[in-house]
Amino acid sequence: MTPKEPHIAPELYAILAKVSDPEIPVLSIMDMGVVRSAIIDENNYVTVQITPTYSGCPAMDVIGDDIKSALAAAGYSATVELVLSPAWTTDWITKEGRKALKKYGIAPPLTAEADKDVLLHGKRLVPCPQCKSTHTVLVSQFGSTACKALFKCLDCKEPFDYFKCLK
Amino acid sequence: MKQDLYTYILGIADNNLILGQRLGELCGHGPSLETDIACTNISLDLLGQVRSYYQYAAQLNERLTSEDQIAFMRTEREYLNVLLVEQPNTNFAYTIARQFLYDIFHKLFIQNLQNSTDQTLVAIANKAIKEVSYHQRFSSDWIVRLGDGTDESHEKIQTAIDDLWTYTNELFQLTPNDEQMIKAGKGVNTALFKDTYYAQINSILNEATLATPQSKWFQKGGKEGIHTEHMGYILSDLQYMQRTYPNMEW
Ligand SMILES: [Zn+2]
Repeated sequence: MTPKEPHIAPELYAILAKVSDPEIPVLSIMDMGVVRSAIIDENNYVTVQITPTYSGCPAMDVIGDDIKSALAAAGYSATVELVLSPAWTTDWITKEGRKALKKYGIAPPLTAEADKDVLLHGKRLVPCPQCKSTHTVLVSQFGSTACKALFKCLDCKEPFDYFKCLK
Repeated sequence: MKQDLYTYILGIADNNLILGQRLGELCGHGPSLETDIACTNISLDLLGQVRSYYQYAAQLNERLTSEDQIAFMRTEREYLNVLLVEQPNTNFAYTIARQFLYDIFHKLFIQNLQNSTDQTLVAIANKAIKEVSYHQRFSSDWIVRLGDGTDESHEKIQTAIDDLWTYTNELFQLTPNDEQMIKAGKGVNTALFKDTYYAQINSILNEATLATPQSKWFQKGGKEGIHTEHMGYILSDLQYMQRTYPNMEW
């Protein structure tokens, strides 16, 4: 499925870009790709559609509230709707988002193919966000949240999270 | 028709709710930090899917009109989950065997639900399929690890598989309502992948050096609301807050 570019009213972009993912505070929800549309109607009322990364993502309620208060601070009343379709994919994380993840200590998702090689066949392809070594191993398929797997670096010995590829 | 669809959705979602609750019991009690986190993450996925199903179901029902009411305000006989998912965490082998026997079914089911004529169910399935694939990978890996591990782990996982085997056939039982939903194009005809299910199980058990049970004595009842002795205890845990403080919200 080829995801449509999200439709965001230009005057809302900067406001929404200031809202961050509560579990990865360095990442804006815009860079995360969870905002699917944001429109202003003739009465200046805003409707924002967001989509969850995982069905059980506990951050969604918080993100919804944060969006509403950010918009309220800018003078907009808003409704936030949760949409399931099309399903979120890690491809929607922007380039800036991937950079922010790495800087924060989370290895960004590899391509779907490489991801499979790593998680299924134990290949060493995930670069350690601390020292860049790919001498890394999977510790657990489930990390600190459902969207991440736990890895450790065999060179610098640091454990780190890897953002699993979701297609 | 609304009521039929409501019942059908519960038949899917209640499995997730009860299994999610069972896995949630391991929070802080898993055998290792990694398995603890994995089980609770899987629980979270299942409960996330449940919320989508129940929110949809709540639009179709007169009496229970919110996801919370559907989750918390039913009596035991009104839960339509299969018996497999309510079986206890006797030990880690039972947790993994239960998960494995359910995950293989769950993935096949969700794959087929993606072809439903009901667009809300399709959207939920499209979201869930990615998560369920991870679950299946996790439980299958552990089946192999325990089966092909030490003598003790082998024996324990074989015992768990043997004990839980009797609950597998019920996954494929079709109630009259299921049949109707299949005819309407909304429901999943599980009969179409029953052989695939047992073949996949057999193949992974083989890899794990485990024997596939031959018993043909199967238990059923959950899909009609008749549960095993464990169900009441699960519900008393699950419903405690809502019954003690009616209408409470987080
Ligand atoms: Zn390193």
